[in-house]
Amino acid sequence: MPTLTVDGIQVTVEPGSTVLQACEAAGKEIPRFCYHERLSIAGNCRMCLVEQEKAPKPIASCAMPAADNMVIKTDTPLVKKARKGVMEFLLINHPLDCPICDQGGECDLQDQAVGYGLDHSRYDENKRAVQDKYMGPLIKTIMTRCIHCTRCVRFAAEVAGTPEIGAVFRGEDMQITTYLEHAVTTEMAGNLVDVCPVGALTSAPYAFHARPWELRKTESVDAMDAVGSNIRVDARGTEVMRVLPRTNDNVNEEWINDKTRYAVDGLKRRRLDRPYVRRDGRLQPASWEEALQTVAARIQGLKGDEIAAIAGDLACVESMAALKDLFGTLGSANLDCRQDGSRIDPAQRAGWLFNSTIAGIEQADAILLIGTNPRHEATLVNTRLRKRYLHGNVAIALVGEGVDLTYPYEHLGNDAALVQAIADGSHPFAATLKNAQRPMLIIGQAALTRPDGAALQAAARALADNCGLVKDGWNGFNVLHDAAARVGGLEIGFVPGEGGRDVAGILDGARSGAVKLVYLLGADEIDTAGLGEAFVVYQGSHGDKGAHRADVVLPGAAYTEKDAIWVNLEGRVQLGRRAAPPPGEAREDWAIIRALSGAVGQVLPYDDQRSLRRRILEIAPHLAAVDQVTPAAWTPFGTAGQVAATPFTPRFADFWLTNPIARASATMAKLSAMFGKKGEEKATGTHG
Amino acid sequence: MSHRPIAGPDAQPAHFAFSAENLEKANTHIAKYPAGKQASAVMPLLDLAQRQEGWLTQAAVRVIGDMLQMPYIRVWEVATFYTMYNLAPAGEHRVQVCTTTPCWLRGSDKIVSACKKTLGIGLGDVTADGKFGLTEVECLGACVNAPMVQINDDFYEDLTEESMTAILEALQRGESPKPGPQTGRTSSEPLGGLTSLTTLDAGAGDD
Ligand code: SF4
Ligand code: FES
Ligand code: FES
Repeated sequence: MPTLTVDGIQVTVEPGSTVLQACEAAGKEIPRFCYHERLSIAGNCRMCLVEQEKAPKPIASCAMPAADNMVIKTDTPLVKKARKGVMEFLLINHPLDCPICDQGGECDLQDQAVGYGLDHSRYDENKRAVQDKYMGPLIKTIMTRCIHCTRCVRFAAEVAGTPEIGAVFRGEDMQITTYLEHAVTTEMAGNLVDVCPVGALTSAPYAFHARPWELRKTESVDAMDAVGSNIRVDARGTEVMRVLPRTNDNVNEEWINDKTRYAVDGLKRRRLDRPYVRRDGRLQPASWEEALQTVAARIQGLKGDEIAAIAGDLACVESMAALKDLFGTLGSANLDCRQDGSRIDPAQRAGWLFNSTIAGIEQADAILLIGTNPRHEATLVNTRLRKRYLHGNVAIALVGEGVDLTYPYEHLGNDAALVQAIADGSHPFAATLKNAQRPMLIIGQAALTRPDGAALQAAARALADNCGLVKDGWNGFNVLHDAAARVGGLEIGFVPGEGGRDVAGILDGARSGAVKLVYLLGADEIDTAGLGEAFVVYQGSHGDKGAHRADVVLPGAAYTEKDAIWVNLEGRVQLGRRAAPPPGEAREDWAIIRALSGAVGQVLPYDDQRSLRRRILEIAPHLAAVDQVTPAAWTPFGTAGQVAATPFTPRFADFWLTNPIARASATMAKLSAMFGKKGEEKATGTHG
Repeated sequence: MSHRPIAGPDAQPAHFAFSAENLEKANTHIAKYPAGKQASAVMPLLDLAQRQEGWLTQAAVRVIGDMLQMPYIRVWEVATFYTMYNLAPAGEHRVQVCTTTPCWLRGSDKIVSACKKTLGIGLGDVTADGKFGLTEVECLGACVNAPMVQINDDFYEDLTEESMTAILEALQRGESPKPGPQTGRTSSEPLGGLTSLTTLDAGAGDD
């Protein structure tokens, strides 16, 4: 471990560190443009110059390996002068358009010009002008502002795994562009805006909407998939303006996918902002009082097994816990949070968690993907898998539909029977897993929602046992969820109780008339036509499929509008926070259920969210560990059965439109038209 | 000037394929590099494609990208970086006039105007029949024989307006004028005859 001196402070850093990292370890801030912790080192902007004793000239600290006994100075007149010089060169061609630049107020160049810029320019010549480039519907480009740091080039090639951006021509004529200005084909495009240190790449949907200092920033958690990406929600007044990633190395590092970032315009459209009650065959506006009484009147006439509840993909733990308690007091065991019909065995945590954890992927040396396209189902998990691939020495194989995952893998075929073949050792990949130190499998919902999903889960379990996926401190059995609500629902047991019906059973019951009232907690992805004659209560935020079928609509809050507990696919407990109020008369979801409990005369014993959370911890004590994962014991689960030798079907018909918020988003509609099912057909033959 | 004309989509042929002979050459180039490093062959392949078509088409860029398993943008970066790849039709005879200081001091301005006059086009243009293209380039390393031009692979040196015009007219007639110095001297011998190694007292050290 090299030990060096920075401004008189001795620091010891990891071998392989750079001088810049050593300076940071000593608490010195080094200005930079091209250097980015998570990208390869380019060393082309020269802003990070520092002085090294015995070196003839200043050194680029980001590109210089830290070595023993180096004496570094970061605060000498020479350093200051060198950086000033670099800054002057950068500004020769950079336009002075900060007042009309969206990056203004959060621009690295602007900030550092304050420290190192001159108050005037010594150049009378014309500035160079560059034509703007098309990079897709999410990225607005003003290429004259580009300082050629190549962060975007490196991000696209390294992290996103879509090497589509490059620097063409050279010298003064150098330009950043995509090949023939094709749109970038990554679902991580929004991060390009974040890595660009200047205003060359800015967010197109957000263009000219707000200035950073006008925004109220709330640290929260994403609900577009089950990764639970850490986000910052920026709101102005009652309106969510944008979503940015927060750094969490255990979850999303510092990236988010485009659905997380850009679906928020869906928060403003198709909102349920007041209760509705169906009268004369039409949904008509109603008061809360009226709506709750209508529901209560129905419920009171029914027996416990005649009512049922289904939780959707965006339900928070609080609302599911309250609804579960309410149905408990009403004597109903017909509850299910697996609206997709997943056959997963809810009894044992190890059976439905991503046990290795997302960060754990980086330690795996053999990875088997079963019935999943992680690029769509959990983009940030896929990013980790790619990161793992880049480190080398890993065998990755897929059983399922062959798609571009941004890294190469061995395609074993698309036949569910292969899972059993690997489990019983008759397939050669079993040996690869057995010989690995840290082997893992990832099984997706495309497998678990099949009619033989339970058997597949059991087969995967057998595979894990037979191939040594679970051993000394390592659990390589992983279920990939794609709905933010799912793991939370499983944790608190929002699943059929003794003799209760699951989703399929509820739909059957509704069709046959055995189930007379169905309570949809934001459940829109079920077959609403199959609800028969049942009385349907829909509680949720958007006027989607569920609300259209409903007899009573109770307007709830979206994930940005409530304080809520979310549990991600690893079982990590995270807190979402309210960034803006729900619209109109909409209320926080747990409060709606609490109010309904009053109306049916079964008042739930919590008056505020704190007491509700205490109740949740009674049901699932391990949820108390916020931001942590409580590991699951490797207890038996699953019911072995016959696995049909049939192919897996893709999980999503359209990645961009998987939930009611995304379906209400104009940006997602645009992306779906370009890259979704239809777009893909159009785009054949143009990759690169 | 590395930013140079790029043929628009309408001018781009839809397809490109190496001729059998060039394909063999291409494979020889690729075979020079270890497995996984095929991308190293990108420059000779681009050159082959350009020689085959007269310029570098987008179709060729894609074919080469596929052959070398390189993303198209990576091939395109190389193609745009080097000015000797023509990204638009550059004429059957590509006349490149050196106008850097030594050639300029020796009268490259006149050479340029002779070219313009004979061909009836300006710098950066291609004649309507596609026969000639005219560009201005930086030093080609033949300053001792300044002024000079390069036409395709050949240097024409020690030019005057007259000899320049004669060369172009010969090319227009379909002849192949002799490359090299146009004044009759051999390569870069002194103009006034050999001076070194002919007498013992060549005045060395006197001045
Ligand atoms: S567009 Fe932005 S990120 Fe890309 S090279 Fe230019 S300044 Fe850097
Ligand atoms: S940050 Fe070191 S050269 Fe750019
Ligand atoms: S200056 Fe013309 S060849 Fe060198």
